[in-house]
Amino acid sequence: MYSETVMDHFKNPRNVGEIENPDGVGEVGNPVCGDIMKIFLKIENNVVVDAKFLTFGCGAAIASSSMATELVRGKTLEEAWQLSNKAVAEALDGLPPIKMHCSVLAEEGIHKAINDYRVKHGMEPWKETSTHAHDHGDHDHGEDLTCGH
Amino acid sequence: MGEKRIIYMDHSATTYVRKEVVTAMIPYFTEHFGNPSSIYGIARESKRAVDAARAQVAKALGADPEEIYFTSGGSESDNWALKGVAYANRKRGNHIITTQIEHHAVLHTCQFLEKGGFDVTYLPVDKYGLVDPAALEAAITDKTILVSIMYANNEIGTIEPIAELGAIARARKVYFHTDAVQAIGNVPIDVKAQNIDMLSLSAHKFYGPKGVGALYIRKGVRIENLIHGGGQERKRRAGTENLAGIVGMGKAIELATADIAGHNEKIRAMRDRLIKTVLVEIPHTRLNGHPEKRLPGNFNVSFEFIEGESMLLWLDDEGICASTGSACTSGSLEPSHVLLATGVPVEVSHGSLRLTLGDANTEQDVDTVLAVLPKVVSRLRAMSPLYQKESAGKPGGSHV
Repeated sequence: MYSETVMDHFKNPRNVGEIENPDGVGEVGNPVCGDIMKIFLKIENNVVVDAKFLTFGCGAAIASSSMATELVRGKTLEEAWQLSNKAVAEALDGLPPIKMHCSVLAEEGIHKAINDYRVKHGMEPWKETSTHAHDHGDHDHGEDLTCGH
Repeated sequence: MGEKRIIYMDHSATTYVRKEVVTAMIPYFTEHFGNPSSIYGIARESKRAVDAARAQVAKALGADPEEIYFTSGGSESDNWALKGVAYANRKRGNHIITTQIEHHAVLHTCQFLEKGGFDVTYLPVDKYGLVDPAALEAAITDKTILVSIMYANNEIGTIEPIAELGAIARARKVYFHTDAVQAIGNVPIDVKAQNIDMLSLSAHKFYGPKGVGALYIRKGVRIENLIHGGGQERKRRAGTENLAGIVGMGKAIELATADIAGHNEKIRAMRDRLIKTVLVEIPHTRLNGHPEKRLPGNFNVSFEFIEGESMLLWLDDEGICASTGSACTSGSLEPSHVLLATGVPVEVSHGSLRLTLGDANTEQDVDTVLAVLPKVVSRLRAMSPLYQKESAGKPGGSHV
């Protein structure tokens, strides 16, 4: 059901753990839905120099966290913000349709961590421009604690 | 991965077919392939074999052979019992009683009947998954025509007080159906003594082939047909008989019910060692289902702070076949309705693991699972933000 890349990132997840004194933290999802992602960013001169995660969730959620943290490392904040859930899923050689929301969660986690950094530094949080928050079936990971069921 | 032994602990999903059963079936594919409805010699042998299997199934249930009807499996039997009784007794009433923890073959059939104007009461269960007989008594009205309560639950293994529930329905002149798909071979069944009017079973849960099952219908029960067509099964269930499957089911049920107590003893001992060790060695775990009134092979446990699918993937990597009530494997993103009905918090239901032991298992299998499982749980907890919070909340609580 999962691609080899998903299984690789599930079994050998990159960047697991917390960053001490992180510059930005983003936690998304909720336990009721069965997945929570917490993204930690270390930011120097507007560049993501380190990214780590803790995830409660299925194989796709763990692999998406691993891939998303890999993809944003070394990127400027503007570049990291551009990381889409599609890019995460593509880098994983695809996710089953019912698991696409896991990649959305990864994108949202990165966004939340970046905005956490921006707000802490007196900047306006960037606004979500994409509409995919609602294109992942009936599984809404926004503020809705019912998972959209 | 090499030639690693596959440890199959998902016997409630399906079983392998016993060699003796396969051997019994083979001639009915090749030599004795005649249609039991035909008149010539080879067909008469087919007819004889179907009758013999009917007698084997009847004997295992304490029923008469004329009360056994072959079907395609548990889902068809459940559909037939519910829809058949509902439509044949509509003039008497439109109320059906079932439980919140039934298999979807019953629950979704009830939802279908609701669309057709029937009222369905879904009885709750206690934290062990037991139905309260007093609640059944109280739910029966003068409109009630059918009660359907499973014999044993497929997820948590809880065995319901069927004889008592059946007696209540009988006293109130309401038909009583039980889905006994998980119970055959694990629990002694006597449909007469236990006041059962209809009973569903499926061969692939007791080392028989897939695609064949039966519905016991007590003589005198008013029931419509579900499958319309030819005159097979005494004009109650159309369709050319699944001859080899029926022969296999007859043999399988004979073997499965020959020594229920002895068979259970061996499996229960392995299962109990598994339960005891896991609950002691892995913190933040809870047993789902009843401590004693449960199927001998069933172990259902929730590990807090982790999700079931990721557990299954790691176990699969070690050659261990198991299942979970987590939403993430169901294809529906809904966690187990059974665990939720027993009051397991929704977030904890995601971390449930079901291991169902059977004839394929050995003590070494239990050793392997006990060696692998704690590692899988701690690996996943180490990357769980929920577990980090739990640890942070405790003095000196960094247990990775």
